[in-house]
Amino acid sequence: MRSQIKRKALLRQIALQLFLLAVTAFVLFPLLWIFSLALDPRNIDKPLELRLIPPGASLNSFQKILAQPFRLLCRDPSDVSTCMTFSRLLGNSLLVSLGTSVIAVVLGASAAYAFSRFQFIGRQAGMLAFIVLIMLPASATLAPLYVLLTQIKIGNEPLRATLPGLMVAYGSGALPFAIWNLKGYFDTVPRELEEAAIIDGANQFQVFYRIIMPLSTPALAVTILFSFMAGWTEFILAWTFLENPSRFTLAMALRAMQGQFATPWSEFAALSILMSIPVVVIFFGLQRFIVSGLSMGAVKG
Amino acid sequence: MTEAQRSPTRRPSRWATFRHQLRTSLGPWLYIAPAGLVMLVITFFPQLFQVWMAFTDFRIRHLRFNVFNPETWPQFAPPFVGFANFYKIVTNQLAIENYDFWRILLFNLTWTVSNVFFHVVLGVIIALALNSKGLFGRRIYRALFVLPWAMPGYITALTWRNMYDPRFGAINQLIGIVNNWLGTSFPTDTRWMDVAQPPIGGPLSFLPLAFYCVLLANVWLGWPFMTVVATGALQAIPEELYEAASIDGASGWQKFWKITAPLIRPAMVPAIMLGTIWTFNQFNVIYFISGGGPFGRTEILVTQAFKLVYEQRLYGVAAAFSIVVFFILLIITLINNRITRATEAYYA
Repeated sequence: MRSQIKRKALLRQIALQLFLLAVTAFVLFPLLWIFSLALDPRNIDKPLELRLIPPGASLNSFQKILAQPFRLLCRDPSDVSTCMTFSRLLGNSLLVSLGTSVIAVVLGASAAYAFSRFQFIGRQAGMLAFIVLIMLPASATLAPLYVLLTQIKIGNEPLRATLPGLMVAYGSGALPFAIWNLKGYFDTVPRELEEAAIIDGANQFQVFYRIIMPLSTPALAVTILFSFMAGWTEFILAWTFLENPSRFTLAMALRAMQGQFATPWSEFAALSILMSIPVVVIFFGLQRFIVSGLSMGAVKG
Repeated sequence: MTEAQRSPTRRPSRWATFRHQLRTSLGPWLYIAPAGLVMLVITFFPQLFQVWMAFTDFRIRHLRFNVFNPETWPQFAPPFVGFANFYKIVTNQLAIENYDFWRILLFNLTWTVSNVFFHVVLGVIIALALNSKGLFGRRIYRALFVLPWAMPGYITALTWRNMYDPRFGAINQLIGIVNNWLGTSFPTDTRWMDVAQPPIGGPLSFLPLAFYCVLLANVWLGWPFMTVVATGALQAIPEELYEAASIDGASGWQKFWKITAPLIRPAMVPAIMLGTIWTFNQFNVIYFISGGGPFGRTEILVTQAFKLVYEQRLYGVAAAFSIVVFFILLIITLINNRITRATEAYYA
């Protein structure tokens, strides 16, 4: 009897492992493919056979991406010193992505708090309006946004051609999801905690800042991650708006490599991997928050 | 309060109630103001502009039109054409190759439903597998399985495009290896994106081979999100429920449908709603993998709108197109909202 149960458990374990290994193979296949592209020294677009480590594998393409200037992104194509380097592209990308996160999280949390905690005129309509904005295709709004942001001047420069301009544009795009997700999570924070704090003499803002925010770390983490990723990978808007190559981002460099003629695939793959690493690291760092941050709001609401 | 109880005849007038509500509404709106203001400028204004553009014949020469500079108005203002753009869109009178609005819409809906179906089914099954008791390597699997989601979508899309290459792509090479192992002779030179002959006939003959390819790529991309959401919900289900069900003699199947499914439903429904919108507008996968081909048969509405802007430079038509897409999604969301009540206040 006892051994029968044990055998059943073992069979179950084997079946589960087989299934999960199959899923793992499915998940890893494209990732290994791009990894082998990056190692291939011949810089051809597709290896001739399926090998994880191609013949003559080297890390040259990584070295090239990290150390050499990007010839495609120069202010003056004849002068290499005006070309962008990986570190400067990375700096711009980080600035834009972090700026986007801050805008989305600060403004989003504030609005989500109001939608979650108060009854007021226009609440339903306002909430619906923000949700509706997730689904507006942005393709044709590029032209009016371009005109509008060109009108706003910082110094004698249009906001459109600056990195803060990009941050605001991306942040605005990330807000509907931020508000929607945060509101769902705030709903699960027991109102009794706030009432207790108010009895203890806290004001409305302190309640929000000292009680709601710390208790909502998972949802805040998800919001930060999503908006960071939006700023990190977007290139269509950036490509249209920015003029000065010294402000270009990594995503734009990746796009520039997909030129009209030959794509340097090894370098493209190497840059893809380098660009994915920070996102994946943040993802793993926040993983335990992500599970509850995405589902808790929904479980309760 | 007490005064009102004493003299029920002296109710506050409607106007007074409204004024009171207005005053209490001020605080909440102050919290919303920063987000509202940014979105008003960056999102609402261009969208309003887009609505106006949709009723004009806005082309490349009108790009010099500047709302804020009246001097440009007489020369660059686009002509007003009423509903002509919308009419042309739905009656297929656009001078674009392989354009058929109703076919694109049908494809877009098929694409969304099939994707979300696979995302949810796979996502829940894998979440269940990962959540089963005594599983070895749970943490490793969990870490590996978020990779497709964590990779930037644009990079994933280009990787898959490369893998579907007819000559040296990973997929055809894999088939070659399988042929070697098993002695089979599947073709290893399939032009995945170009085959016009539908693999499944009958009612599904409007779906070319490329559809199944982009579907596979997007399933790869989409299920981890559902797994993460389902995992969160599964972990919140008390173990006692299953124990009680076991004592009552419930089978595994019954436990799933009577306990698991209803309890993860509240978490899954909003995720499905979000996933539906994301998939409906999944630009990267379609645009970078199949490019809408062959013959525009895997085109979805957003890729078509993008092409109207960047290839045809028909800004007015593209604006009208976006509005059509918006209304389709609005209908879907309103139906979803009826089910999930996502906009209801917790303490309403």
